[in-house]
Amino acid sequence: MLSLDKLQSTGKKATRDGFGAGLKAAGDQHDNVVMLTADLRGSMKSEDFINTYPDRFIQVGISEANMMGLASGLATGGKIPMTTTFANFSTGRVYDQIRQSIAYSDKNVKICASHAGLTLGEDGATHQILEDIGMMRMLPGMTVINPCDYNQTKAAVQAIADHHGPCYLRFGRPSWPIFIPEDTKFEIGKALHLNEGSDVSIFATGHLVWYAVEAARQLEEGGISVDLINIHTIKPLDEEAVIASAKKTGAVVSCEEHNKYGGLGSAIAECLSKHQPTAQEYVATDDTFGESGEAEELLEKYGLGVKDIVAAVKRVVNRRD
Amino acid sequence: MADIQELKRVASQVRRDIIRQVYLCQSGHPGGALGNTDLLVALFFEVMKHDPSFNMEAHGEDVFFLSNGHISPVLYSVLARAGYFPVEELKTFRAINSRLQGHPTTHEGLPGVRVASGSLGQGVSVASGMALQKRMDGDDRTVFVLTGDGEQQEGQIWEAALFAPHNKLENLVLIIDDNGQQIDGPTSEVLQLGSFADKYAAFGWDIMEMDGNNLEETIEVLKKAQAKRNGKPTCIVMKTDMGMGVDFMVGTHHWHGKAPNEEQAINALGQLEETLGDFPAEGI
Repeated sequence: MLSLDKLQSTGKKATRDGFGAGLKAAGDQHDNVVMLTADLRGSMKSEDFINTYPDRFIQVGISEANMMGLASGLATGGKIPMTTTFANFSTGRVYDQIRQSIAYSDKNVKICASHAGLTLGEDGATHQILEDIGMMRMLPGMTVINPCDYNQTKAAVQAIADHHGPCYLRFGRPSWPIFIPEDTKFEIGKALHLNEGSDVSIFATGHLVWYAVEAARQLEEGGISVDLINIHTIKPLDEEAVIASAKKTGAVVSCEEHNKYGGLGSAIAECLSKHQPTAQEYVATDDTFGESGEAEELLEKYGLGVKDIVAAVKRVVNRRD
Repeated sequence: MADIQELKRVASQVRRDIIRQVYLCQSGHPGGALGNTDLLVALFFEVMKHDPSFNMEAHGEDVFFLSNGHISPVLYSVLARAGYFPVEELKTFRAINSRLQGHPTTHEGLPGVRVASGSLGQGVSVASGMALQKRMDGDDRTVFVLTGDGEQQEGQIWEAALFAPHNKLENLVLIIDDNGQQIDGPTSEVLQLGSFADKYAAFGWDIMEMDGNNLEETIEVLKKAQAKRNGKPTCIVMKTDMGMGVDFMVGTHHWHGKAPNEEQAINALGQLEETLGDFPAEGI
């Protein structure tokens, strides 16, 4: 069982580096894993896979729609294609290709999307997609995963390669604390309990899990006991874990690097409104586009900082009491 | 080669199936389906090596992708007549609880369909992916894909048009149904497409041309494309007449997406010999 004291940063690496490591491991395990990229092999940190398996690497050029169709055709013949590009070009740009040629066609394609959210940084709003979880979550049959650090991303890539069915794997650009112990088991659809507590439930995904850990430490020091749960798989949601925690604490905060509409917060609210109506606060972007800047200063400006999680917890605890 | 007269008899029955399917549900796209009947009969009854017991991965088989999914009635008829599923099932076309959706899908488990199509422009990419997979796995069979000519207005088509020659997909055969018509009128008026042969040649494809309503010629050209291995994908610019086989449907976009009424259906069926036995259905 994990707890706050065990969640210490052991260094920093980007989740996209975790993707690269996981891809190589998945490639070692499955001869039929192939990688496609739309002119972003460098950004995807996948040189290890590409150099080891050059015949299983497909450079598509700047043509994401074609990449999704190619992946569908490769999967039809028995490959496990992993498409790679930035999250914006992995989803919004090619929504209909994913919908028809992959999701509706039941293809075993893994859409691996880097540079998601505000933490992409200086490139600005054109590239900082904050709607992708919502779009992918709405597609019938699509599994949606947003891992939180290098270790978890690496494990997630191996898990989606083992899993049969279309998956959306969302990760990011910045160097970020590594804090999930390397031997932690990754199970698709199974929430990861990071700390046992009784006053408030914090459900967090992606980069914000680290901030939620830091917020929880501050809250515990101030006498608020935090039930901290990492929802790496947003779909299918681990409803049992969400309901059990909400029942215990009666106050919920969701944390995600995504619009407040359609993402993790929405998924939790949909679940709880039916099974366990609970006061909830959202740490998410407030229906806005991002802008250029450094990753952490953007998170702070858009209300996704550690202090914002602490404030959200205090608000929701007050509402409950 | 099978007896050409026998193939023509199959084509006549397929055209009857098309008319009867769209008449029964009073919806669907008879024009393009009739125009492409000879092509699909040639592919499934003469040219392709394929197994109607249907395996999705199709190792060691030739594969056909229909990118312009709206001409589904011809695909369904040919698949049924080739033994992929019972001919009787054709009467469920576009009805509720059917595997024969308005546009083809894998989702309902219909044997013979390997990807959903309907939203246009995606099939060439999918076919390219499977052609690539076959090459990676040392499978020398051929992947065919059909698009409409209007469909060539989609941008994704040209992404795939760049990809296939760059990657030397010599086992890929793209067939463009150059019937000059789309929903809103002649392609020349809606959005001019110019010369497919010139465009694809400039992209690095081998070009072949054929009259897609001449069964002998169609078979000959398809076999040539199927056998060709010279490092280049093949684009066959195929002239057809929309509505071919039914005089009042020929050569007009009017019957692109419209079902005949009873009188028209009877008139159409009167022009098409029943050769293999109609699928049973009430009222027609």
